[in-house]
Amino acid sequence: MTVEGDYLGMHLVIDDLDGQNQAYFKHCSEGEYHLQHCSSCDLVRYPPTTACPWCSAAESSWIPVEGRGVVYSYSEVHHAIQPAFRDHLPYLILLVELDTQRGLPTEHEALRLCGNLVTPSGELAPPEVVKSVGIGTRVKMVLVPVANGLAIPQWTVDVDAPAQAPPWRYPQEGGSA
Amino acid sequence: MTTRALATLAVSNAMKDAGLEAAHIDGMMSYSSNDSTGSPVVAGDLGIRPNFFMDVSGGGSSTEALVGMAMGVIEAGMCETIVIFRAMNGYSQRRVGGTGSQAAADIIGDQLHDRVYGLQSPAQRFSHTFMRHMYEFGTTPEQIAMVKVIHSEHASSNPKAVYRKRVTVDDVLSSRIIAKPLHLLDCCVETDNATAIIVTSADRARNCRHRPALIQAVVGRCCKPRGDNHYQFGPITTVAAKYARKRLWSNAGVGPEDIDATGSYDAFTFTSMLQLEDFGFCKKGEGGVYVSDGTMRLGGKRPNNTSGGHLCEVYTHGVNMVVENVRQLRGDVDDSCPLGVDGKRRHSYDYSEGGCRQVKEVSITANLGWGTPAYGSALVLRAGDP
Repeated sequence: MTVEGDYLGMHLVIDDLDGQNQAYFKHCSEGEYHLQHCSSCDLVRYPPTTACPWCSAAESSWIPVEGRGVVYSYSEVHHAIQPAFRDHLPYLILLVELDTQRGLPTEHEALRLCGNLVTPSGELAPPEVVKSVGIGTRVKMVLVPVANGLAIPQWTVDVDAPAQAPPWRYPQEGGSA
Repeated sequence: MTTRALATLAVSNAMKDAGLEAAHIDGMMSYSSNDSTGSPVVAGDLGIRPNFFMDVSGGGSSTEALVGMAMGVIEAGMCETIVIFRAMNGYSQRRVGGTGSQAAADIIGDQLHDRVYGLQSPAQRFSHTFMRHMYEFGTTPEQIAMVKVIHSEHASSNPKAVYRKRVTVDDVLSSRIIAKPLHLLDCCVETDNATAIIVTSADRARNCRHRPALIQAVVGRCCKPRGDNHYQFGPITTVAAKYARKRLWSNAGVGPEDIDATGSYDAFTFTSMLQLEDFGFCKKGEGGVYVSDGTMRLGGKRPNNTSGGHLCEVYTHGVNMVVENVRQLRGDVDDSCPLGVDGKRRHSYDYSEGGCRQVKEVSITANLGWGTPAYGSALVLRAGDP
């Protein structure tokens, strides 16, 4: 069955032919993050795919994965392209590296997910919080419910993480939209 | 003007430039992002009857790849002389920056992993790579701004450039932020245009109007591991050029040190820098120094994008940078230098504003095409006999 819902004024659709995304977002909507685990080479992969990017095997199963990681890179958007984001400037697009499977199968690889910085309750983060996050910030996943069978993984500052060095931020602060 | 009209004029002008008529052209290729007109229509409008045509889906880095494909098609005996065109209304119709009807479209399937996060435009998609480069190597905004500064200097001597005003580092850094680390002036222009290149055998090219540019090596749309999910494979600061460069330089029989001028794809200031770095024009991590120390300025050791490129001349998904290197190799760049009685320009090599943009000694050039961090192309050209 096609899954549909609205998020920040955007209409989201997962066609019923799209088995991988249906399964991925259904786990998210059930409040527990899952990824595909390859039955052949034992590696977990993201994003959802039909075959394993390391060994080409098609058999996999969904296993729970902890939604914690570190900001690997980011962009701070001041000029929205999509109308949905015009009321939320500036917003962060994070590239988050999960703790799970970091450095495997080679030192250059990791499970890296995009997402926005949000409050613990899932609202896009306000400007003062946006300014506090950069490369190195520890974050944890927030699953924002959208519809039956669909929640969107987002990220909030992990206040439980041990104290860290200040994150790396782009040297020029500010910038008006 | 429609893309059909634009393409027709570009192909017609390329034929005039080469001294060829419709009967001499029997192949046509083009690329588009679902925003253009097909070869059969354009060929028909010009009275060309192709023995071969192919229209492919593609954006940046398609130009060089199609030149290589054209060589193969000619060598396979499928046709003799091919026109490659790109026609696009990147300002009036399908905006290159992704605004307009594309921006509000439903978020479907795989787009729930990117567009749902306000991650849609090329500026947004590439920014993680650019930002991480600054973090890992200490690349500064001032260094990167020099790409725009230098290309604007070059454009000031290009009567056809859209933006001919010279800008400073301060102008770039004080322009509004689009998506960090990109300011408005770090981003290319959005324009309506068509461009065309004619590829034929070296023998036939010698009988055309101008000194030919000979193809020395091509690499087409070479990929990083994981393709479009390249950010799963680090360092994300390494782009496809690292994988393309071995094939490029071994096929070319020369190395980066032998190249007199480059056309490094400048969809953004950063893309020029990353391509130059990973194709081996400097050590990894030293791209910020390379683009800001004067090497790639007219009069420097290896000028880059002497037409002003995508940042200043026009955005054509790469064709204009190949066209400019062909002009350079002919020694006949269309700047404001006076024409001699033979119709050729008398170049002054004075690179001040509004002056000359012909490189003084240029016999071999490289185009470095960017698609995304995950795939790129390259084309080495050398000057044929005058």
